[in-house]
Amino acid sequence: MDTLRSLDAVGPAPLPELPQGPRQRLVMVGNGMAGVRTIEEILRLAPELYDITVFGAEPHPNYNRILLSPVLAGEQTVDQIILNPRSWYEENGITLHLGNKVVAVDRTRRLVHAADGTQTPYDRLLLATGSHPVMLPVPGKDLEGVIAYRDIHDTQTMIEAASRYQHAVVIGGGLLGLEAANGLMLRGMQVSVVHLMPTLMERQLDTTAGGMLQSALEARGLRFFTGAKTQALLGNQQGRVRAVQLADGTELPADLVVMAVGIRANTDLAQSMGLHCTRGIVVSDTLQTITDPRIYAVGECVSHRGTTYGLVAPLFEQGKVCATQLARMGIGRYEGSEVSTKLKVTGIDLFSAGDFVGGKDSEEIILSDPVGGVYKKLVIRDDRLVGACLYGDTVDGAWYFGLLRERRKIGDIRDQLMFGQSHIGDTGHEGKSRAQAMADTDEVCGCNGVSKGRICKAIKEQGLFTLEDVRRHTKASASCGSCTGLVEQILMFTAGGDYSATPRKKALCGCTDLGHEEVRAAIRTPQADGSRLLSVPAVYQALAWRSPTGCASCRPAINYYLLSTWPREAIDDPQSRFINERAHANIQKNGTYSVIPRMWGGETNASELRRIADVVDKYAIPTVKVTGGQRIDLLGVKKADLPRVWADLGMASGHAYAKALRTVKTCVGSEWCRFGTQDSTRMGQELERALWRMYAPHKVKLAVSGCPRNCAESGIKDVGVIGVDSGWEIYIAGNGGIKTEVAQFLVKVATHELVLEYAGAFLQLYREEGWYLERTVHYVARVGIERVRMQVVEDSANRRALWERLQFAVDQEPDPWHEPARAGVDLRQFVPVSI
Amino acid sequence: MTRTDMLTQSHLPMQAEQAESATPQWQLVCHIEEIPRLGARRVERAGFAPVAVFRTADDAVFALIDRCPHKGGPLSQGIVFGKRVACPLHNWSIGLEDGCAAAPDSGCTPRVAVRQVQGMVQLDLAHFEPGSAAADASLPIACSHDEPGSSA
Repeated sequence: MDTLRSLDAVGPAPLPELPQGPRQRLVMVGNGMAGVRTIEEILRLAPELYDITVFGAEPHPNYNRILLSPVLAGEQTVDQIILNPRSWYEENGITLHLGNKVVAVDRTRRLVHAADGTQTPYDRLLLATGSHPVMLPVPGKDLEGVIAYRDIHDTQTMIEAASRYQHAVVIGGGLLGLEAANGLMLRGMQVSVVHLMPTLMERQLDTTAGGMLQSALEARGLRFFTGAKTQALLGNQQGRVRAVQLADGTELPADLVVMAVGIRANTDLAQSMGLHCTRGIVVSDTLQTITDPRIYAVGECVSHRGTTYGLVAPLFEQGKVCATQLARMGIGRYEGSEVSTKLKVTGIDLFSAGDFVGGKDSEEIILSDPVGGVYKKLVIRDDRLVGACLYGDTVDGAWYFGLLRERRKIGDIRDQLMFGQSHIGDTGHEGKSRAQAMADTDEVCGCNGVSKGRICKAIKEQGLFTLEDVRRHTKASASCGSCTGLVEQILMFTAGGDYSATPRKKALCGCTDLGHEEVRAAIRTPQADGSRLLSVPAVYQALAWRSPTGCASCRPAINYYLLSTWPREAIDDPQSRFINERAHANIQKNGTYSVIPRMWGGETNASELRRIADVVDKYAIPTVKVTGGQRIDLLGVKKADLPRVWADLGMASGHAYAKALRTVKTCVGSEWCRFGTQDSTRMGQELERALWRMYAPHKVKLAVSGCPRNCAESGIKDVGVIGVDSGWEIYIAGNGGIKTEVAQFLVKVATHELVLEYAGAFLQLYREEGWYLERTVHYVARVGIERVRMQVVEDSANRRALWERLQFAVDQEPDPWHEPARAGVDLRQFVPVSI
Repeated sequence: MTRTDMLTQSHLPMQAEQAESATPQWQLVCHIEEIPRLGARRVERAGFAPVAVFRTADDAVFALIDRCPHKGGPLSQGIVFGKRVACPLHNWSIGLEDGCAAAPDSGCTPRVAVRQVQGMVQLDLAHFEPGSAAADASLPIACSHDEPGSSA
């Protein structure tokens, strides 16, 4: 019965109000990174829900296990790698039992029995017992001086041994073994590595890279015995290990033997409790044990869909999902993770991810420079990157990992792929895309003025693991995002290889786990009863949003998705639009606004200019500026003056404030230009008349040039049109902003009407499929230009349908400056309230 | 049922000492229906910093000095969600109850006492002394009080 009730309590219906009365009791067994991250997430989501008790077998509060290797190597201290000091537990009211192992759990009485005899009752139990190191069952394994490499105690034993003894043997040439060997060598020991397989790190590197790694480490002074089996450990009279004996009879002197042959999920307690375990404690996508729904498990002790994970990124993803479940949100699902690896040996760069071995059905691109110490291998299957193995030059690891997780088609960048992201046009950071080479004082984030040193410091001192963490704490890459790749690189190098990568499916915002795509689909699809979602609150309710009024990120997005999906039907919510689209002017840093009237195709006349001049005088507008889009910008207008400024101008809204069609820039064209082949000004005006009032996921800028000299800069516009003798060439998805991108050729057409139809169809496709705040360049990069060609060029019926849908959407759209009532403008905002 | 007959008043821990010494001077601002739901109105008073009066989805009202602690952005122009407002300039999230930025940002804007009497929204003028933090128009506002939600 209790079990049934507990199922109800964690079911999908979110409880709007927390129940009054005594809090629920949550007990966590294990005090490691995955478990404590889960607790942190719970405290963030539902701080009042639980009385929390934590049992840790080690005598230390939660520390960063990934950084044990730098501690061993003498690069960091134990204190520096503590993630949650004891004071953190106190501040959050968590009862902490350190050095106190849980020996049994009574599931019937819901009691946790600890080694010190205490009994702790629970309502929910979270198992985060981590893993055991595997100890080879060879004779002599219990001798003194034979240890694993797992925790602070092992690390301290190794540091201590290094100060007294000469010879160390590390058994296991994997990630952990090599880090241990490197650390012991740096502490002055002579270190031999015994590895069963023929090459090092065979699970992370192919044979070439493994061989290069071995040479590099040999040059530093390590000795290797590969393809070697350990037969026995030999001791001296005092019972301490003195040598390692290999199967071929070789004896290697050893005062210290470190076994690093792998880990195995610690399921001892779970098995004694009768929970179903395979290689780990078996959990569902909600991280509940399949045996007992009151009991959750996260971390290395878990087996999820048959996989156990040992790297921090997937474990944090588990923790996040588990927390939403324990916080009774009931929406998160863990669906498995992609992992990448990087060795934390200073001066040796290697990176691998995915299926880097490849096979018959895959293709490989390889760059090999053994003398220069660089080797890169990319594995491609079905036009997608599926694996990467980098040695010597890993700066593009994060980028490759991103391509791999997003499963992006790489056909269009294949010829550049091997040379890295910096070769694929990013003017903003050209020449400084190599995070490692940057000095601490170098600026990484130009928007928020964040230096590399500040990011590194925050990562180390505040224990940051994810891009999101770094954004929150330093603001780096939190604005325009063009330095995201750079910040990911820094994160990778500073936090260690297995930093938590951005999840493949990005949630729209913190209010939901659904991504943009899923939300758009839900809005498009009628409900079971045939009704449709037509308002922001209806969407929030139907999709079980965590916060009933959303946040400043999702409200504008949802409002746009509604309006673009159901034009003339969806209910526009001005309070869900950014201030610029609510006031129909651009807010400036001092709270005044700027006004840009529309000038069709950038053409104006004496009467308009006279009215503009009169308005400038009448309202004492301090600055008048010509924009890059061939418009006149009036800056410093008081909000209360806006309606009268619009009326006095008598010109249409320029929508310079909106995620909408901004401008169509034109050259003078054949009417005046001695080189002009087409009337670009008229073409631009026709486009602007057809497309103005078109709201879009982001701003949209067009240009029309009358000849290939391209004076209107059509090559860097969302839609760029270039007149040639026989007609018009249409280019799409160019960008002159953060990331300069040259527009891609879409089609060549003969008439003005066809320019309108093709350009309009592409923009409608973008309106229907683009994610909010995604420019055309990013939209096309995401879906691929092939898709656009298919929908707009190949399929003429579809093109005409798209074009008709766009015309339907903009046809009755009012001009907010001159029809405010119909546009739903709240005019009260312009009337000052004074007291 | 409407809430217009209820009397709501925001807490005033920051100005607790002043509150004891000064008698409240409630001044009518507007009717609650003149503030958009999930929106705000800006209230000007000559010689003083403007005040932003917010209305939440459930018709509670809050008032803050209309300047973000970050770069002085007009909070009255931001998007209101839950009991928070996002500054229109750089998207800092400011709590309507305490005036404080959400961690890891830090800083607070002063609160202003506000209440509703039968739907009429009133501000307490007693706490707008010229020369106080509220009246100092220089930007930005430094964090002046420690509150949960304002990180050190």
